[in-house]
Amino acid sequence: MPRVIRSARLRSVSLLGVGLLGVGLLSGCVANTPAGESVALTVESSADGCTVSAAETPAGATSFSITNTGDQVTEFYLLGADGLRIVGEAENIGPGLTRDLVVQLAEGSYFTACKPGMTGDGIGKAAFTVTPSASGTVVNTDTAAQVDTANENYASYVKDQISQLATGTDAFAIAYVAGDDDAARALYASTRMHWERVETVAESFGDLDPKLDLREADLEEGQDWTGWHAIEKDLWPEHAEAGFEPYSADKRAALTEQLVADTATLDANVQELSFTLSQQTNGAIGLLDEVATGKVTGEEEAWSHTDLWDFQANIDGAKVLYSGVRDILLEADPDLASSLDSEFASLQTLLDAQRVGDAFTLYTDLTPAEIRALADQVNALGEPLNQLTAALVL
Amino acid sequence: MTRAVTRSPQAAKRTESTDLATPGRGLSRRGLLGLAGASVAGIGLGVTGDRVALAAAATPGAASASAVYPFYGSHQAGIVTPAQDRLHFAAFDVSAGVTRAELIELLQDWTIAAAAMSAGQDIGEYGAVSGPYDAPPEDTGEAQGLPTAGLTITFGFGPTLFETADGVDRFGIVGRRPADLTPLPHFPGDDLDAGRSDGDLCIQACSNDPQVAVHAIRNLSRIAFGRAALRWSQLGFGRTSSTSTAQATPRNLFGFKDGTANIKAEEPDVVTDQVWVSAADGPAWLAGGSYLVARRIRMTIETWDRTILREQEAVFGRTKGAGAPLSGGTEFSEPDFALAGREDRPLIGAAAHMRLAHPSQNHGTKLLRRGYNFVDGNDDLGRLEAGLFFISFQRSPTQFTTVQLNLAKHDALNEYIRHVGSALFVVPTGTPDGSYVGAALFA
Repeated sequence: MPRVIRSARLRSVSLLGVGLLGVGLLSGCVANTPAGESVALTVESSADGCTVSAAETPAGATSFSITNTGDQVTEFYLLGADGLRIVGEAENIGPGLTRDLVVQLAEGSYFTACKPGMTGDGIGKAAFTVTPSASGTVVNTDTAAQVDTANENYASYVKDQISQLATGTDAFAIAYVAGDDDAARALYASTRMHWERVETVAESFGDLDPKLDLREADLEEGQDWTGWHAIEKDLWPEHAEAGFEPYSADKRAALTEQLVADTATLDANVQELSFTLSQQTNGAIGLLDEVATGKVTGEEEAWSHTDLWDFQANIDGAKVLYSGVRDILLEADPDLASSLDSEFASLQTLLDAQRVGDAFTLYTDLTPAEIRALADQVNALGEPLNQLTAALVL
Repeated sequence: MTRAVTRSPQAAKRTESTDLATPGRGLSRRGLLGLAGASVAGIGLGVTGDRVALAAAATPGAASASAVYPFYGSHQAGIVTPAQDRLHFAAFDVSAGVTRAELIELLQDWTIAAAAMSAGQDIGEYGAVSGPYDAPPEDTGEAQGLPTAGLTITFGFGPTLFETADGVDRFGIVGRRPADLTPLPHFPGDDLDAGRSDGDLCIQACSNDPQVAVHAIRNLSRIAFGRAALRWSQLGFGRTSSTSTAQATPRNLFGFKDGTANIKAEEPDVVTDQVWVSAADGPAWLAGGSYLVARRIRMTIETWDRTILREQEAVFGRTKGAGAPLSGGTEFSEPDFALAGREDRPLIGAAAHMRLAHPSQNHGTKLLRRGYNFVDGNDDLGRLEAGLFFISFQRSPTQFTTVQLNLAKHDALNEYIRHVGSALFVVPTGTPDGSYVGAALFA
């Protein structure tokens, strides 16, 4: 069932040649617009004008193709009836460039305006009318409060995960420095799950991510290698290259000191974070990309082979992000929500099949068919998940 | 006269001025795969037919099909030659026990065969279908009836030809090894497969017809049996660079125009400055040559394809449609890296591929890129085994290293690509008619 829904959605995109999946949530929107009603309008943003090819259009999918004929960077705005609320915008259009803005418009009064130079109130503000469409159900919802709640909830989740990461890292460090390798190995994967759940946020700190999570292959010649994977290699030396020298006690102490300090810095940094809706939806997408490129291939944990822990944690994080916006999505695009519910569940079923008590099967113990099934399901989830930003944020 | 040079007036003229009886002008005995005869045999047009003439009749007016680039010349063909649409690239290892004389003989045989194929002729004395009935044909025959389609065959020598990893100088040439010909460093993110990297020798065969390019590598491999064996090879379709202003900029498999700012043949000063090794650079035998870098770059296109357009354009720093810099203008407009948009952020981001690869960010360094798209089926996870087979020619490997280090450290594109194969070769200068490729190295 979800597959049918998804393929129907994709077909409508290709038929029209434009993305129809954008839903102007904050303005009220039209659900289930039939394919074929998309209207293409052009906008010329010049040094002193903002000319739209029509002043009215029927409700439904509308594409504004904005060409910047001026010599400054410009922006185009579609504003609500009050002339203030932003229904749709296209920003950062360089001189000479054309960018498309695709929005779902409900019947009503709007304004169009351009903002060459990106300052001031904009120019060429003109009334724009959306007339009734023959079909389509208008849904008007004020979702701003829901969005705010989702943003706050996610910020709390990130702080909690990083806090648990810091606590777990301290315990891991004590075991590793003390030479209790069995205890350190037992803590390694489960502690890292807190990192992997919010990996896209942690990675946004460009200086901390390489210190904490760099793989050996990503090193530059001569670069110091620190963080989890440097320790991982020492904890699973039997999987390292021939001639690998176990680390000295001094090196162990230096690595753990750095790991604990960098994690504490990360913990402090995330206290100040807040999120927007697009950061959340793109975060979910980013987590699944991490699975697709690093975990399902077994490349992340080259020595411990605990890739499925990371896999599950990335999915946990993506699921939290999705759950936070699911209520909004249910109104904006129930088909997409249904598809995502189903694909998340299918992926979790595959992961659950690899649970061994509190642990997972090592990547190297998976059969090729099991790896293939996981990879296929990541793709199956990835396609609808990557529609989320367009469905919620435009 | 040889059968191989009776095809066109131009070729015939060249033949008359050449001493065909000189030893080494024909394939060596080994190269002839045991067939008797040196370099003379008169098999005429009426017997095997002229591939160029036949094909010209079959596809009138098809410039890309009828293009012929001479093998002999002052520089090797296939570098500033307008990039053809198809590639077969092959790396070889010289077989154990092969002597210096046997290596030279191989290069002589390859030269003769490459010159014949570049001219649209079958290789060998009898070609594909005119030899002794109880002998295997000299030419494998799949290019019969096809035009040359702009075939070029370009040869290169890897670091290990001069000195093996164990420090063995098999051919008495370690003293002539160019100082710059050292293996490329490890770049961050490299995930190299030894089976798709390096090699003693390389051959780049480019043509507008895939079968013509494959025919070239196939026959050159066959000639080499016993002396050198294929280490790895790569098919490419769809050039990803233009090397002439007469060519439209093609697209890579990410769907973006690639190579807009490439070095073009119409910029002779830039080519001289950035592509050809000068006599002053040394060593003397390499003057007029170049360095070839090959990188097999795997693209995780499934992930890329579900990436939103905003990010796709931000990653490249260009629009996906027209290929214009995000700072504005048209495809060939100079990017304005300082021009800021919302929140004072530059329209072309700090990690944009185009910014990091731009000469202004690399001390003026340019590369002559000549890469190709590839799709080699799919992997075990059901993902297309697709990517870019990157080839660049430069006066010094340092040019590539400078740009690649910048990209490997900072490029936003790294999230979607992985370098899985790597090789560096030195490309000798062009071969004068009557000589063989790389002769100066062994002189």
